[in-house]
Amino acid sequence: MELLSLKNVSVGYEGKAVAENISFSVFSGDYLCIIGENGAGKSTLMKTLLSLKAPVSGEIKFSDGFSKTSIGYLPQQTDAQKDFPATVWEVAVSGCLGQCGFRPFYSKEQKKTAKKWLERLEIFDLKNKSYRALSGGQKQRVLLARALCAAKGLILLDEPAAGLDPIVTKNMYDLIKDINEKNGVTVIMVSHDLSAAMKYSTHILQISRSGAFFKTTEDYKNSAEGKAFLGEEDEEND
Amino acid sequence: MIEKIVSYFQYDFVRFALVAGVLIALCAALLGVSLVLRRYSLIGDGLSHVAFGAMTVAMIFSVTPMYVSLPVTVLAAVLLLRGDSAKLKGDSAVAVLSVSSLAIGYLLLNVFSKQTTNLSGDVCSILFGSTSILTLKKSDVITCAVLAAAVIIIFALFYNKIFAVTFDETFARATGTKTSVYNLILAVTTAVVIVLSVNLVGALLISALIVFPALCAMRLFKSFKGVMIGAAVFSVVCAVSGILVSIVFSTPVGSTIVVCNLGVFVICIIIDVLKGGTKR
Repeated sequence: MELLSLKNVSVGYEGKAVAENISFSVFSGDYLCIIGENGAGKSTLMKTLLSLKAPVSGEIKFSDGFSKTSIGYLPQQTDAQKDFPATVWEVAVSGCLGQCGFRPFYSKEQKKTAKKWLERLEIFDLKNKSYRALSGGQKQRVLLARALCAAKGLILLDEPAAGLDPIVTKNMYDLIKDINEKNGVTVIMVSHDLSAAMKYSTHILQISRSGAFFKTTEDYKNSAEGKAFLGEEDEEND
Repeated sequence: MIEKIVSYFQYDFVRFALVAGVLIALCAALLGVSLVLRRYSLIGDGLSHVAFGAMTVAMIFSVTPMYVSLPVTVLAAVLLLRGDSAKLKGDSAVAVLSVSSLAIGYLLLNVFSKQTTNLSGDVCSILFGSTSILTLKKSDVITCAVLAAAVIIIFALFYNKIFAVTFDETFARATGTKTSVYNLILAVTTAVVIVLSVNLVGALLISALIVFPALCAMRLFKSFKGVMIGAAVFSVVCAVSGILVSIVFSTPVGSTIVVCNLGVFVICIIIDVLKGGTKR
């Protein structure tokens, strides 16, 4: 099932496009990685997908029963959150808030959802722990649980492994892939980590000033653009 | 000493001062948690200076100060607390607004005031809180009660939303919470509480009512709910003891309350350190 599609969408700030002619669609169960150089417009595209920002031109189409607020969002951690007094439970269940409307409190159903995802991410036993006392990887899992609570089948991850050490990074990626495959959660991930993007994703969207490039991961690896971009990165790493 | 305190309770003005002080302290503490966590600790300071500027204008035109200071301060609060969408960010915006209002207020007062009035006395009482908390009328107490009831109802109804907006505004907005509405509610209540508390502690010391209870509670509690309740309790305890001490020892009310807050804060730090830090 198609969840959302973009056709010739340009994104940017105050009417000035940063990235132009972006076209792609996301189907249920996909794992899409958005890659590109710094300043290519990855973050801007992400904000546009979340409707925090209007597209400069073009339109984002959401399929029936799926709307902009059905996207669960995993943002990068902010400074203010580092010493925030809140329990793991308080943070995770706050993901359900968007569906509350004017109801002041969480329903039983929503609390069940939060419990389910905390258990799925193996952090339910931490639920009364203070968020600020957690390790980086645990914090990231809590925010992922919150995103999953907010999501109706699609999560959007912004550099989910930023600041994590290699082992925790691998665990995080494996977990996301596992949720993608076993729970059927569609994933859109913005990442700098090209090797992880190639390893885990099913589709790649590369954006740059010259245009956007959307393919399945297999096709991307074999394409001229893909080879150029991946090769370029390899040289940088050497 | 207990007898002395009890004997004071026969007087209306003492009871009024206690009730109003407790209610204002309670409101300031609840708002303070959200403001401190969003890195707006100095908003109280800034807005109270705006209130000062507005009050001087009111004094010049012989209008009831509240009629001018309330709308002006609400406007300033809304501009400052728009959250992510604000152009001039956080601390610099607060600084610009607060010093300009302070300067304009003092300037106007000097230019327009009559020679005979006690200028420095007026300014001093606005800045450091006059004894006016001890001259409250019944109507003032009722205003405070209504305000406090409104703030408590807002916090009870929107508790979860306030948490979400405070913890992560971008996420809340992206997942469909109308963050601008809750920002507006918080801004307006902040302004109203500040204008009212100028009477209690004076324009210079308001930050204490907002910041200290939240900081104390953050030292001792690990959940958002715990911090909210803790801040409210600390704030009320400090306000009551501050007012009582100031009556018994004839000290200035505002500064006494602030010193009580400081004392509790130091105690909280010591307890926290003895327990091995907040990271539990």
